[in-house]
Amino acid sequence: MSATAPTVAALPANLAEHFPAGVVADTRKGYEGYVVGAAQLLQVAGAIRDKLGYNYLSSVTGVDYPESNQIEVVYHAYKTSGGPGLNFKVQADRNDPVVPSLVGLYPGAEFQEREIFDMYGVRFDGHPDLRRILMWDGFAGYPLRKDWKEPFFEEDLKPFASRWPGGDVRRSEELDPFGANVQYPPEFDPYEWTPETETAIYKLIQPKAGNGNGGHLKTDKLIVNIGPQHPSTHGVFRMVVVLDGETVVDLKPVMGYLHRNHEKIGERNTFLQNMPYTDRLDYLASMSNNHAYALSVERLMGVKVPERAEYLRVLMVELTRICSHMWAIGFLLNDLGAFQTPALYAIKERELILDLFEATAGSRMMCNYMRFGGVSRDLPAALRDENTMDFLRDLVNNRLSYAIDELDRFLTNSEILRSRCIGVGVLPAEKAIAYSAAGPLLRASGVNYDLRRADPYSIYDRFDFNVCTRPNGDVYDRYLVRIDEMRESVRICQQVVAGMPTGGEILAGKPQYNVRVPAGESYGRVENPKGELGFYVVSTGKTNPWRYHVRAPSFVNLTLLGEVCKGHKIADVVVILGSIDIVLGEVDR
Amino acid sequence: MIDELSNPDIPVPDELKASVTITTLDKIYNWSRRSSIWPMVFGLACCAIEMICTAASRFDISRFGMEVFRATPRQSDLMIVSGTVTKKMVPQIVRLYNQMPEPRYVIAMGACASGGGPFKEGYNVVAGIDKYVPVDVYVPGCPPTPQALLHGLIKLQEKIDSQSLRDVRWYKSETNEPVPVPVLGPDLMDPRQYQLIKQRALQAAAQAEA
Ligand code: SF4
Repeated sequence: MSATAPTVAALPANLAEHFPAGVVADTRKGYEGYVVGAAQLLQVAGAIRDKLGYNYLSSVTGVDYPESNQIEVVYHAYKTSGGPGLNFKVQADRNDPVVPSLVGLYPGAEFQEREIFDMYGVRFDGHPDLRRILMWDGFAGYPLRKDWKEPFFEEDLKPFASRWPGGDVRRSEELDPFGANVQYPPEFDPYEWTPETETAIYKLIQPKAGNGNGGHLKTDKLIVNIGPQHPSTHGVFRMVVVLDGETVVDLKPVMGYLHRNHEKIGERNTFLQNMPYTDRLDYLASMSNNHAYALSVERLMGVKVPERAEYLRVLMVELTRICSHMWAIGFLLNDLGAFQTPALYAIKERELILDLFEATAGSRMMCNYMRFGGVSRDLPAALRDENTMDFLRDLVNNRLSYAIDELDRFLTNSEILRSRCIGVGVLPAEKAIAYSAAGPLLRASGVNYDLRRADPYSIYDRFDFNVCTRPNGDVYDRYLVRIDEMRESVRICQQVVAGMPTGGEILAGKPQYNVRVPAGESYGRVENPKGELGFYVVSTGKTNPWRYHVRAPSFVNLTLLGEVCKGHKIADVVVILGSIDIVLGEVDR
Repeated sequence: MIDELSNPDIPVPDELKASVTITTLDKIYNWSRRSSIWPMVFGLACCAIEMICTAASRFDISRFGMEVFRATPRQSDLMIVSGTVTKKMVPQIVRLYNQMPEPRYVIAMGACASGGGPFKEGYNVVAGIDKYVPVDVYVPGCPPTPQALLHGLIKLQEKIDSQSLRDVRWYKSETNEPVPVPVLGPDLMDPRQYQLIKQRALQAAAQAEA
């Protein structure tokens, strides 16, 4: 597929031809793509989508450059037919940043633009609902601006002088005037303060009383809050739902209850210190998060990963995919009301995979396994030994397939599952693409887009596997795609185990705790179990990233939740959310 | 079981040993509570996944009589704070805690809930749930393994065993005030500390001027 797509090199002429005035190539060292004038953005983006065919907006993010007094908004667009992407940027004045909103062209930008507004204070002209998304309304400041300091601020970059090499550790609370992780504007008086939170969202969806259901009955609409503490939300996620009887009229997701400031912390950390933090994004798939981050930094560093390490990476990542999909299916059934029993079956085999992770990386869930240029450890000696490779062989050749078949046999033809899932939460292909949906959600709508094939990375081009799609785009198809994908993952694992070189390096060069990364920008993405996970990294040539952004599939996939749920019954909302399969660590970061 | 409960100082005739036990009120009361702790279905972050694994077939929390996870705080005895406590979430956590009937217990599971963990420096993170609600057992780890959580639960049982009806807080004559729910302002505000916040904010402003 990638062979037929036009290469990036062919494009400059194109874009410049179209817009001689508004577009210039980005010539900063290590940067790529184009800088577009804010005034031309809508026009240029329209051409990029319609004339050049970049119909999938993967990521939108901001970068703060106080030196040039600019905030840059960076877009990464791709084609769903595959191939490399196009990266374009808009620069806005830091004192009053305004950028036209791309929501009209790419609805998938909605939440991402809100996030930039929240974190950088960039106003998006024409955005339908520009409110804070991760922090609460009324929070003071734009946290990701470089001159904004958090209450426990100690130094700009790690390692902090107090901790290393001296190791003079003290509690951060001792430095803060309030003795806690808080700060307030000067002369702030809490007694005088009136809360303003939450009014905005209710105003937005304020239900109009009246004849909701056809006229003859007078009905009231009702607002219901589901979450943030509710068993169906898979964590701390909240939906504000407007109901007419049991039918959903409007739905707004509210998030940020697990916003742990990955990106701010990540920009203080050294490059390698971020590796364990990536584990905690999608905490059901730590191995593949590692992989995405390693890929994007490796792209800047230009290292080549040794053969055995590539095989180990693919093995771990595919096992992770199986774990994650099993979890998703088990808990989808939970959401359907089959409380706990299917989930117990579904996560039974996961424990064996976790045993392998623990034996190899040292931890069940937070593996922190990959390094730039390889992996941190080889399989444990016992497993490399030919006789005891049996555990791994038995796992990938017998046990996993058996477990998947078992799930399939119990569930796929279950009357209840079928009647609750078929035709529910239908997402047509065009909409899925427009909303930047990713992963099984996208493929269940019939879009053949899997990064392992569409934009191959690592050594996936060597393996024989199929991209699984289904045509209907409903909850049932999402379930089926996950079952199919697990089977394909098992196939890949079998090929890995059969073809893995028996010895050799697992890390290029010698292990380094503090790598220096050449200046430039890089966007590395992988096909995570939940969808496309991307890391946008900007380096200034130092040991800490200047910008560290996570394009989280769970977060972007939620953009269409309201749209898909409208018109369904309230009980179906729970199932639709379950079929999207979100992890809050990644949604809120 | 009878052996576990009986008071060795008071002899029971042999023929009654199978059906009679003489014990203290404290003992039987604690024993029944520690053997049927109902945790709340309440997961915050990554640690919640290990909590679910603890409840699943391999580690099987029901061996301790704790498998009855309740989705409402009104029916729960134990809140396992399993994950990072953020400023945006902490009002809800405190409210949930207030809604739990006494006797109630709190386990801080993992580094985050105990003290902020890897995200402590984050601007939206509360450095440990014990800033707001009293914690009975801290379980270290990031995330704690299911074994570690089980160990924490056993510690909680030991704690319950050592309590006495005479001095537990929920049988005192004065009523227990609910924990004031934190408020989201320009930053998180603890209603118990408004005076302090006002004072310090003035001081800080004065210092900045000087
Ligand atoms: S302690 Fe570790 S595993 Fe647990 S919530 Fe915090 S970061 Fe996640």
